[in-house]
Order: sequence, then structure tokens, then C-alpha cells
Amino acid sequence: MADLTASGFSACPACDAAPLAQRLADRAEVAQGTVILSLPTAHCATCITDVETALTAHPGVRNARVNLTLRRVTVEAPGLAADDLIPVLARVGYEAHELDPDALSATTADRQGRDLLMRIGVSGFAMMNIMILSVAVWSGAESATRDLFHWISGAIALPTVFFAGQPFFRSAWAAIRVGRLGMDVPISLALILASAISVYETMESGHHAYFDAAAMLCFFLLIGRYLDHRTRAIARSAAAELTALEVPRAALLVDGAEQTVPVASLRPGDLIRVRPGARIPADGEIVEGRSEIDRALLTGETLPVLAQPGQMLSAGEVNLTGPLTLRVTAAGRDSSLARLTTLVEAAEAARGRYTSLAERASRLYSPSVHLMALCSFAGWMWMTGDLRLAVNIAAAVLIVTCPCALGLAVPAVATAASGRLFRRGLLIKDGTALERLAEVDTVVFDKTGTLTLGRPTLVSDDPLPADLRPVARALAQASAHPLSVALAAALTDEPAELSEVTEHPGFGVSARWGGRPVRLGRADWLGVSDHEDRPTSATWLAVERQAPVRLEFTDELRPGAADCVARLRKAGLRVLLISGDRPAAVADLAARLGIDDHRAAVDPQGKEAMVADLAAQGGHVLMVGDGLNDTAALARAHASISPASALDAARVASDMVLTGSDLVPVAEAVALARLATRRIRQNFAISIAYNIVAVPLAVAGMVTPLIAALAMSLSSITVTLNALRLRD
Amino acid sequence: MEMLSILIPVSLGLGTAGLVAFIWALRSRQFEDPKGDAERILSDKWDDRPKPD
Repeated sequence: MADLTASGFSACPACDAAPLAQRLADRAEVAQGTVILSLPTAHCATCITDVETALTAHPGVRNARVNLTLRRVTVEAPGLAADDLIPVLARVGYEAHELDPDALSATTADRQGRDLLMRIGVSGFAMMNIMILSVAVWSGAESATRDLFHWISGAIALPTVFFAGQPFFRSAWAAIRVGRLGMDVPISLALILASAISVYETMESGHHAYFDAAAMLCFFLLIGRYLDHRTRAIARSAAAELTALEVPRAALLVDGAEQTVPVASLRPGDLIRVRPGARIPADGEIVEGRSEIDRALLTGETLPVLAQPGQMLSAGEVNLTGPLTLRVTAAGRDSSLARLTTLVEAAEAARGRYTSLAERASRLYSPSVHLMALCSFAGWMWMTGDLRLAVNIAAAVLIVTCPCALGLAVPAVATAASGRLFRRGLLIKDGTALERLAEVDTVVFDKTGTLTLGRPTLVSDDPLPADLRPVARALAQASAHPLSVALAAALTDEPAELSEVTEHPGFGVSARWGGRPVRLGRADWLGVSDHEDRPTSATWLAVERQAPVRLEFTDELRPGAADCVARLRKAGLRVLLISGDRPAAVADLAARLGIDDHRAAVDPQGKEAMVADLAAQGGHVLMVGDGLNDTAALARAHASISPASALDAARVASDMVLTGSDLVPVAEAVALARLATRRIRQNFAISIAYNIVAVPLAVAGMVTPLIAALAMSLSSITVTLNALRLRD
Repeated sequence: MEMLSILIPVSLGLGTAGLVAFIWALRSRQFEDPKGDAERILSDKWDDRPKPD
């Protein structure tokens, strides 16, 4: 079910069924022949050898090749699926995830990248060779020699401009057709005008030709274009890797027999079976069975809730202990998940589109460049009446203002910053996320699963008498309930011999220990009274003729949570904790982390409304959350981050994803985003400063090809070096 | 000045050779995994010759 919504959240939140079927069909095709797995933990030469050796040793695998840059392995294994290969890697200690069919689009992105690299190579070659000839001309080659050099330069430059300039010509043409002036229109104009005028000048054996400038423009601008492409491609493949791959299926009961069907085909009235440990695929009423339900991802509650016949369950909750039979009341677009989706859609619309710094710069830049070129052409025409001179000067203005530095200003910084964040364990999914993150002044955290690991741990085993520990461990091992799992993990004693072990779904586990009945479970089942308003959850152990023992559990803090909150507050940000959990648990956690501002028992709509409220008061909110109940707030916030353990709906709705379990990168990301935005602004300032010097010279007709070449390369290199200061 | 008729073709030829080498490297996907290639030289598994693809 979660998957279903994920596909809905990403592209078209309302329609789930059709794209899902399409995705399943696509996946079947990819599965033939090659399997691509992501390897988030691979990082060294040993990892490469381990993974490749393990995979090639597996029968049926023809070839396996690790790509360490992308952290994935491509396996050629006809007839094998990812599910066969993931356990092979798990045995040698590597976590692996199947990549979804979107990985295919990543290969087209690679092709585009290679195409751009090829054009960079060609223009680089042309630029250097023409420059050798140009230096000779600048240092005083005369008459026939100069003409010869110009002709050779032209012979190299014209095909280069034709080939390497294509990305600019294409996007300029696309912009003109819809009546816009993009960055690429003045670039294309400069390239064409510079080439045309140089050919004319060469034929007339003139002094100046701009062939080197044309090739150099292509070279620098293509580098900017390539960096931009790479950042986007990485963001895209990151998003693709994150879309989890569990196929949303449900076990439909037809005449008492189970049938596995896609969730999308469920209709109200259908009977479905939900096994312990599975996610509930559709809203429904319990017909049969008792169990406990984990609602953490939907509401943020840490305590499991008792489920019995007659009770309504919502899609997305997790069934914990006993099998349940449900009558579907709402599926697909009517379900509570779909209602949440609508909320997310509305929230996204309310946030509006963010205009990036680069867009704002190019909106200012294009018209002013055209205007300046036109004015200098008109001015020189009017003053001298010399068409050749006027066109020459107009071309010089276009070349000199050409946004080499401007085109590099943003991509160079974005590449350096996102590379640094990737190494720290933060994936950026959206191109403007860094800029938005830099503006953030308020941080809203979710509790369960975000500040905590969403995993109970035993507070202390002190209340447990030493002789009962083996019994407790044995009872705990008999159940898959989260508290039992935590208890079993916390105790190290050899489990005691028990007989007649029975799990009572929704209540606990009972058994006999040397003839004495023993029980582990809920307080009310054991007949003791518990305090519900304590910040911790508890289970009880009862052994006949002994007082019941209360075992307290707390939700473990995510590593780095305290450090992260402290750093954010030190950076002057307002930190809030908004949770759907009980007030006592929220207050306890807030006190431990030093967060003064906290709200408990907030529903998803309430979370979104609070974020919207903060925004209305002029705040820029960073939302950090992991649950379905956070998705609307994540979509509404100015910027959003979710941990990798989050439900995929939440990860899709957020701009950035934490790959590790540590929270500290969140605080680092805010600091780095501010630094990156400052660098981008500096870069704009550098290119503007260079234009302020160069443009008046060009308009005055004093720019020679030598000055143009110097100014162009110096500004581009300055901007790139400034961006590289961001690397660590 | 006659030297030019030799020097110019030579310099262009050298440049072209570089360009061809770059295109070959690009086509044979040598820029796909720079980090992996840097690590692979440390592996003694394919020490004597490159791993066949």
C-alpha cells in the first residue's frame, strides 16, 4: 500500500492504479538478463572484490560489475531475479536493494552526460588549437600569415561551433518558439554572430577574428551545462533508488482460499487476510482475529494498539501479533491513505514554485544583454554609418557579456556542495533544495522514527530478579511483538525450558515453566493496573506465586539527535517538536533534547496546518519527518528532510534524504546550504564585476579578441575556484 | 616561414590524436566509474591484466 501511494505522490497523486500496472509491467521487462542493485555500504577495493566474487560464484550469474561511483552493481544473470541475488550479498555482509525501472532512465541520463562530455572534448581541442594560432596573430603576425592563420582557425572553429553548440541552439530555438528569452538565446546569438563576422573579416583580410572566442564560449558553457546535468542526474538516480520496491499486494480471500492480488484491484466488501508483520493494504473492519496494531507511521504513536473484531483499521498500519481477516471498507482512492495524498497535493500547491537564484539572474540577464547589443549597434550605426564596424561591436558586446561565469556560477557550487553532503550521508533530490534550505529559520521535528529510532529498548533490567531472566528471555523469544523483540535482545541469559508456549494475539505470551504458569504481556491481561501517562511503554511478567514485574521500555534516541538539535539552536534557528504521540512521551523527549516548544497528539492535518501557520507568520520551515502523518507537512514546508528508514511516501514528499541513521548531517546541511548560497551570490558578484569592466570597453569598441579571451577565461576560472572552496 | 607548413599540420595532428584518444576513452566507458577504477588498482585479483568485461 505504501508503494502504491508512493507512485501516486511522485507523479500524479490522484491516480494510483494505472501507473502501478505500468510500473509492474516495466519491471518484468528489466528483470530479464540484467539486474541492477544498489550497494549503499560499498566504499573500497575490498568491497568491489567481495561483491563481485560472491556474485560470480553464484550459479547462473554470468558477470557482475561494481560501479563504486554510483554505488551499484550490474549483474548479468539471465533467469535470476534481484530476490535471488540480494541474499547472496547479505551473506557476505553487504546490504543491497533492487533498483526500480527508473534505473533505465538513469542510463539515458548517462548517455546525455557522455554526449555532453564528447562536445566538451571537441570544443576543448578546438579552443586550444585555435589559441595557438591566435597567440601568433596577437603577437604580430601580418598580412598573408595572419589570413592563413584565420582561415585555419575558421576551418577548426566552424565545425566545432556547429557540433558543440547544438545543446544551446536547440534550447534557444525551443525558448524562441514559445516566445521566451532564455539564457541560451543570447548564447546562440553570440556564437552565430561571432562565427559569421569572423568569416566575413577573414575574407576581407581584417585584423580581428573571434574564432577562438566562439570555441572558448562553447567550452566553458558546456562545462557549466555538464556539471548541472550531473547534479540533476545524481538527484534523479537518488530518487529512483529510494522508491522502495516491495510490490503492493494483498491476500484476497475467495471462498476461503487465499489469492494474491494487486492492492489496486481491491473493492469494498472484499475479505482480505493480513499476516502478522504485514502492512494493512486497505481500510477495513476486522471480521476475525485479535492482534495488536502499530500505528506509528500513521499517527506517531509508539504504543501498539489492541485490535479485535468490529474495530476499524486504516491502510498503512502494521499488524503485529496475530493474523487478521478484514472486510475492506475503502480501497484505492477512497481510503484514508488516498485522503492523505489529497492533503499532500493541496499542501504542495500551497507551497508554490520556488524561483531559484539562477532563474532570477537569467531573467534579468537575457533582456539586458540583447538591449545592450542592440543599443551599441544602433549607436555606432548612427555615429559612423559603418555597418561592418557596428556589427563587429555588437558581436563583441554579446561575446563579452556572455554568461560563462554566470553559467558556471550555480552548477559549480551545487556540484561541490551536493558532493560534500553525499559523503556526509545526505542525498539531495531537488535542484533548488539547497537554496531553500539556506533560507530556513525554523526547524520542525517529528518524534517517532525521526528524533527516535522508533524502536523500543529496555530501560533497565534491574527490576527483573536474576532467576526470572531466563524465563523472560524464553517468553520474549516466542513473540514478534516489538517489545518482546526488544526484551529478548536486551537479555543475555540462556533461555529457560518452557512448555505449552502460546501467543495470545493482542495480549501476550503464556507458557509453563517447570509446572508453574508464566505470562508476559499487557497489564490488563495480567490483572494489574498500569499508569498510562508515563512517558515509557511497559510490559509485565507474571510468574505464579510471585509479584508481577513491570518492564519499562523507552524509544531509543536516534544517534546525533541531541547534537543536531543543539547545533541548530546554536545557529539561531527555532526548533519545534510536533508529534502525534501521547503528551507524556513527547514532553519527556523534548526535555531530554532541550526543545521548549512541543505539541503532542497532533493529527496529520494539524501538522500541516501548524507548518502553514509558521509560514504565514513569515517563517521558513524545515520539516524533518518520517511517517505518513508527516507527508503533508513535509510537502508544505519550505524544505524537508526524511531519514532513509521513512516510509517511501514521506521520502518522496521530501527534498532530501538522510542515508545514515545519524541526525547530525541535518544541522551540517543547513550550515552548508547557507555557505553554498553565499558562494553562489559571490559568484554572481564576480561575473557582474567583470561585466562592469568589460561591457563599457566593448560598447566603446575597444575590445579586441585578446581582451575578450582573457576576460572570459579569467572570470570562469575565478568562479570555479571560488566554488571549489566548498569542498572538504 | 616555410617551417609553418610543417609545424601547423604537426600541431593539428597531435591535437587530433589527443581528441581521438579522448573519444575512444569516452566510447569505451572509461569515465563511468572513476572512483571504482581508482580502487581497483589496489586489488590483486586482476594484477597482471585488466579484468575482462
